[in-house]
Amino acid sequence: MSKLERLERFLRTDPRDVGCDEAMAILHAYADLVAAGEDAAGRYPGVAAHLAACGPCGEDFNGLLLAVGDG
Amino acid sequence: MESARLTAKELDEESSAWLCRLGAGDGERRAAERELHARLVRIALAEVRRRSASTPVTGPELDDVAHQAADDAMFAILAKLGDFRGESRFITWAYRFVILEVSAKLGRHYWRSPPVALDAGQWERLPDRFGIDPARHAEAAGMLAEVRRVVDEELTAHQRRVFTAIVVDEIPLDALAARLGLRRNAVYKVIFDARRKIRRALVANGYLEEPGLEQR
Repeated sequence: MSKLERLERFLRTDPRDVGCDEAMAILHAYADLVAAGEDAAGRYPGVAAHLAACGPCGEDFNGLLLAVGDG
Repeated sequence: MESARLTAKELDEESSAWLCRLGAGDGERRAAERELHARLVRIALAEVRRRSASTPVTGPELDDVAHQAADDAMFAILAKLGDFRGESRFITWAYRFVILEVSAKLGRHYWRSPPVALDAGQWERLPDRFGIDPARHAEAAGMLAEVRRVVDEELTAHQRRVFTAIVVDEIPLDALAARLGLRRNAVYKVIFDARRKIRRALVANGYLEEPGLEQR
């Protein structure tokens, strides 16, 4: 692993990234697809790109997924 | 917009039952509201505990945050019931409200006892921030100096302040958004643009080689 890999990865932006507002607007649909084992990232690539890059939205997604699994 | 691709599916049995009960007469509606609220409280308590390591809020105050988040989420859910289009199960739609409330509230509470002040500018900690081994700091110095040069010379004052707070001082994005009175998306956009600008400069000056995703 490159000594600067984390910095390089952080600086890399994905043009498909839809941003926080759009990702949060459909987070419930995205979470249900993931929970059902469906290809959520294939259906919503811009949301997947955003959740991979945005820490707070990624945390919200993780929390929602756990909540859904918890019933 | 990807959200435009959302399609309302035929409601599952459980979601239909929730909507039916929440739209029913007084007795049944109140029972459904109590049940939903109890679930929101349970989810909120689990969520604040899951996030407890990354917030200065502790103990009973953390539980208070959870209860406030559940109350506010309940209020929003009932106000927006008519907006539910069946893109997900009803309970997933409802849980999204409480998770986002927890996020927003913990962001605001951060400033009660922040571990770092706004505008601290702890640039000396940047190598640690990116996990660079101390033995290799000298090797990374040129690239990090270029990052700082771009931040100092090419970003606007607003971009510089946001980038420094989030990336250099590791202030949580939601906390900064709350402090500056901005939406999370606005702060993210500033960081996104700064990342792109810095990367372009590093490529132009030979610190990075491949064009990366932004060139696709």
